[in-house]
Amino acid sequence: MTSEHTLSGSKPLPAGSRRATRFAHNADTTPWYVYAALLAFAIGAPFVIPAYTTQVAFLWLMILFALTWDIVGGQMGYNSLGNIFFFGAGMYISAVVQVGLFTDVGTYTSARGGEQLVLDHGDYFYGLVLGMGAAAIGCVIFALILGRIVFGLRGPYFAIGTLGIALSARELTGTWEWIGGGSGIAMPVYPGLPHEKSVVFYVILFALAALTFLCVRWLYSTRFGLAINAIRDDEEKAEAMGIHTLRHKLVAWSVSGFFLGMSGAVFGNMTGFVEPLEVAFPTVTFGIFMVVMALLGGKGTLWGPVIGATLFHVIKEVTWTYLLGWQWVALGLLIVVNVVFFQEGIMGWLQRKWPERFGITVDEGMSAGAAGREAAR
Amino acid sequence: MSPSPMIEVRDVSKSFGGVQANRAISLNVPAGKITGLIGPNGSGKTTLFNSIVGYHPIDGGSIRFEGREISALRVPQIARLGLLRTFQQTRIYSKMDCVRNMLISVPHRNAGFTDMFKGYSAEQKDKAERLLEFVGLYQKRHLVSGDLSFGQQKLLEFAMALMNEPKVLLLDEPTAGINPTLINGLIDRLKRANEEFGITLLVIEHNMRVIMNLAEHIYCLAHGEMLAEGDPDEIQNDQRVIDAYLGAH
Repeated sequence: MTSEHTLSGSKPLPAGSRRATRFAHNADTTPWYVYAALLAFAIGAPFVIPAYTTQVAFLWLMILFALTWDIVGGQMGYNSLGNIFFFGAGMYISAVVQVGLFTDVGTYTSARGGEQLVLDHGDYFYGLVLGMGAAAIGCVIFALILGRIVFGLRGPYFAIGTLGIALSARELTGTWEWIGGGSGIAMPVYPGLPHEKSVVFYVILFALAALTFLCVRWLYSTRFGLAINAIRDDEEKAEAMGIHTLRHKLVAWSVSGFFLGMSGAVFGNMTGFVEPLEVAFPTVTFGIFMVVMALLGGKGTLWGPVIGATLFHVIKEVTWTYLLGWQWVALGLLIVVNVVFFQEGIMGWLQRKWPERFGITVDEGMSAGAAGREAAR
Repeated sequence: MSPSPMIEVRDVSKSFGGVQANRAISLNVPAGKITGLIGPNGSGKTTLFNSIVGYHPIDGGSIRFEGREISALRVPQIARLGLLRTFQQTRIYSKMDCVRNMLISVPHRNAGFTDMFKGYSAEQKDKAERLLEFVGLYQKRHLVSGDLSFGQQKLLEFAMALMNEPKVLLLDEPTAGINPTLINGLIDRLKRANEEFGITLLVIEHNMRVIMNLAEHIYCLAHGEMLAEGDPDEIQNDQRVIDAYLGAH
């Protein structure tokens, strides 16, 4: 009875001469030159504007933040305020791995930075790669365990629950003396010149952001993408239709954790020093920026987080340069305007303005308002 | 009645606080048939539906689906066995277009972990479009489903249920809120779903004309208890049913 359903009496479909065996329900229609331009900018930036290498590297990090937040927050409708947890957790995991490979972690941290870990290129990158890998795997495990607890929560309770995870991680690492407690842990010293270091981390962060983008682009083109959208629109319906909702939620958060964990590992090495409050778990800066950037660009879209992160980062850097002293006021104002007057974000606005460009069909005879009136009758 | 019913409900009770919504209800849904469930407002029809699909635990009794006890299973597990329900308040994925609503409704019966990273085949897309054609929404297939009228959303929800290839479909007031001129078409489609796709139906319905046309066997609930059962003629002429509906008590 399963697949032998016959549908006699229905009209034959307009037959394409040769039908593809796969159907792409979420094909990426971005023109090739957008990718080409981005790639050209990414490769050219360290050469053309070398003074801004670190700023642009931060841009790639911001894009990664917004993209990973949007998987769970935008596409799946679970507004997490605690994704920064993975960033910090990844940072600490990599710190412990990178230090622990060459010396005893407890002794090293109890010296309170009095001891420097100087390595040659080979050892340094060996530790870095291992640290990033451990951060990624560790954060996936964290996502699977913590997800089982917080994904029972809905709406604001989920937001507060995830925020609680980030804040308690911050407090716990601050009291854990083995990893340096509140005074933190110094990362191995980069074995090279400062400019070389900034270029190396630029390349790593760009590669990570690009990988994140390609990964979510692929995910949204699979059934997984539709399933998390279904969870966003009506989770109870999705359950009633037999979708494995918890499985999808855990995978979505694990993907966020995977990339955020690695980005944390990289950021710790860039900064050279890891401590809980400002570097590893900056809940009110990076933790909130993730959300704001995705909202600004348009949550639940592929490009929204990229656009939002770029715009936000530029505005942030400009206000830091020209409005010093008022920069937080300016950013706060931007957030308020975004949330109160521009909830749909840039991509949401573009899609509403020119729906046909995005493959969205609008019924001219039936606007949303008319449908609402008919439903209310 | 066929020897082994598709759904077998025995002495199911359910109360919410002090309110006894269902008291020792028993009913059979025979395979391949259309069974009706009627009763005045508040008689416990939707509660019984919710108990069958695992929406809440029951206080006592047993619910069997194809001979298997399902009263301890949860909603998605029961749905994956092939027992599906539609909602009285129509539920669709309102920000997705009709085709995507259909595609995500493919059966998840044997979905393994890696299946979630697959795409859809051209056959599945064809099937989605044929079913949209079947309910009369083919022209609107690329519209965002939240923009459809209420009646069209109901049809879409029905098509989504068919896409899931259920063995049994529980329909909670399929004609409520639908334009009367479209009701005959809907009855026809429900019958075709039953005859052509072999889907067993259990239908809650307030519209007497609809249910008498549709169902071969009807159960009537009142005040959480099974009041009467029989074929449409028997039910229509049952004095207890008439009293329950008219409020004689």
